[in-house]
Amino acid sequence: MDYVQEPVLSVRNLNKQYGGGCLNCRGAKADRLIKNFCPVCGTVYACRDVSFQVYAGEILGVVGESGSGKSTLMECLYFDQEVDGGEALISSYKNGEANLFAESSQQKRYIRNHMMGKVYQNAALSLKMDFSALGNIAEKLIAAGSRHVGRMETRGRELLEHVNIPSYRMKERPKNFSGGMQQRVQIAKALSNNPPLLLLDEVTTGLDLSVQASVLDLIKTIQRELGISVVIVSHDLSVIKMLADRTFVMLDGQMIEHGLTDQILEDPQHPFTQQLVQSLL
Amino acid sequence: MRMKYQFAFFDEGSKREIRRATLKAVAIPGYQVPFASREMPIARGWGTGGLQLTLSLVGKDDRLKVIDQGSDESVNAVNIKELIGKTTGIAITEETGEATLIQSRHRIPEIPLHAGQILVLQVPLPEPLRYFEPSEYETKKLHAEQEYSGAWLMLFEQIMKYGHMSTGADHPVLVHKRYVMAPSPIPRFDNSKLNDSEALILLGAGREKKIYAVPPHTEVVSLDFEDFPFVVEPFQGVSCRLCGARGVYMDEVHDEETGETLYQCNDTSYCLQRLNEKRG
Ligand SMILES: Nc1ncnc2c1ncn2[C@@H]1O[C@H](COP(=O)(O)OP(=O)(O)OP(=O)(O)O)[C@@H](O)[C@H]1O
Ligand SMILES: [Mg+2]
Ligand SMILES: [Zn+2]
Repeated sequence: MDYVQEPVLSVRNLNKQYGGGCLNCRGAKADRLIKNFCPVCGTVYACRDVSFQVYAGEILGVVGESGSGKSTLMECLYFDQEVDGGEALISSYKNGEANLFAESSQQKRYIRNHMMGKVYQNAALSLKMDFSALGNIAEKLIAAGSRHVGRMETRGRELLEHVNIPSYRMKERPKNFSGGMQQRVQIAKALSNNPPLLLLDEVTTGLDLSVQASVLDLIKTIQRELGISVVIVSHDLSVIKMLADRTFVMLDGQMIEHGLTDQILEDPQHPFTQQLVQSLL
Repeated sequence: MRMKYQFAFFDEGSKREIRRATLKAVAIPGYQVPFASREMPIARGWGTGGLQLTLSLVGKDDRLKVIDQGSDESVNAVNIKELIGKTTGIAITEETGEATLIQSRHRIPEIPLHAGQILVLQVPLPEPLRYFEPSEYETKKLHAEQEYSGAWLMLFEQIMKYGHMSTGADHPVLVHKRYVMAPSPIPRFDNSKLNDSEALILLGAGREKKIYAVPPHTEVVSLDFEDFPFVVEPFQGVSCRLCGARGVYMDEVHDEETGETLYQCNDTSYCLQRLNEKRG
């Protein structure tokens, strides 16, 4: 692939910590932490100076062990969490010149509603379980400014059909759906406003294997059709292997290795990555 | 022994505090102002929010009208009138035009309000986004960010379910192009009376400890969709069986003998006034 183009998303020095820090750990002095954790004050340095770029039409994989900061990173990018430092730029907003983290909360909502979609590991975080599947799609469309029921229903049906929700179940509540179906409704919702950027956090974790495969297939198909950029996070390297063009590896809140996915699988540099790849074989 | 009451039941400090919250509510149309709701000799949920507003505002020269779902004579309305009458000695009236202060549950009178009047509405559930978002902390943020998707989503869901917007009462409104507000359980028919009102409209929720306001001449728009415009209860070709009025909010009455459905004004004092005028 050819990456001479401008990135869709650039993230620079993203920092996120849980806790105020102390004299021992301030500045995240790596040698004084146990993994990402300060033994003196209990602060967790969940993301440390994370920088990366996502290009148009690519799938970027983020892999790392449990607790390495992957979900925190995604939450920061979708403004579910406030960052402690760093910047993010997206090309579709103010010519890619404004640091999204510094925008007002109203502007952040605007960016989220118009330029991003996110699928959570836990569907209850993004779906209103007591509203209809169609209503869940409409929520994002309404938030993006639509006030036309007919058009929203048509769009909702189109998207739900695309993710294989049978039309006679579209007015049902996701509460009654299986885990795989809930993930598919989430995907439809995330895609509803045609976002240039889709964030996926452990979309298949907890699903049984055949359902996993169908959800991953669906993501791949949709990404090809729409040509959108995707960041997919997983602790499971096989998911990354199947989908991602490029991959970066996180450990204790830091990015330790990045490159083309094939490259990383064939020739991992960092001992942790080597271990991860070995476990896949 | 007779109990000696403070004028209008509350001590002056309490009244002042409620009035301060009220002033803030007037300054920010449609915004729910928290206040320290007080214990009342009637149970919360029976209009204590409205009652506290009325008691904080009432002066010796006021003329008070109290209505409960259109009726001046319901037990609830009578109880409230008694409490206010006893503790203030002010005049009580049933005539909308004569009243300076009107406390009402679930209706706005049919006779257009005029400048200088204050209408106090009793509110059970002040939060228009509650159905969508159970947490008060979250709904406060949604109001601050003017994020009202949830209010429209509620209407969208009704349309998916019933084919039309099914809010019988308490249909949400956008006030002054800024805050989405629960107008209290008035019928949709009354929503238009909120818009560009001559009178000051105050809303009080006792249990939820909120006061909010629609000042005179404020724009109030009922939420709807391009292809599902807001409509009021249809009373086409219907007239009151007692006074013959048209174009007002009607109650249905069933004639046991003929099996016919008849209509009469829900606002009984309006109906009575028309009957009296007819008799001359
Ligand atoms: N709200 C929180 N308060 C305190 N610490 C937190 C909070 N959320 C996450 N953490 C900590 O931050 C670190 C990163 O957590 P995160 O959930 O981002 O990891 P992850 O890579 O997504 O893990 P997993 O693969 O298990 O989902 C962990 O050490 C976690 O304990
Ligand atoms: Mg995670
Ligand atoms: Zn510390």
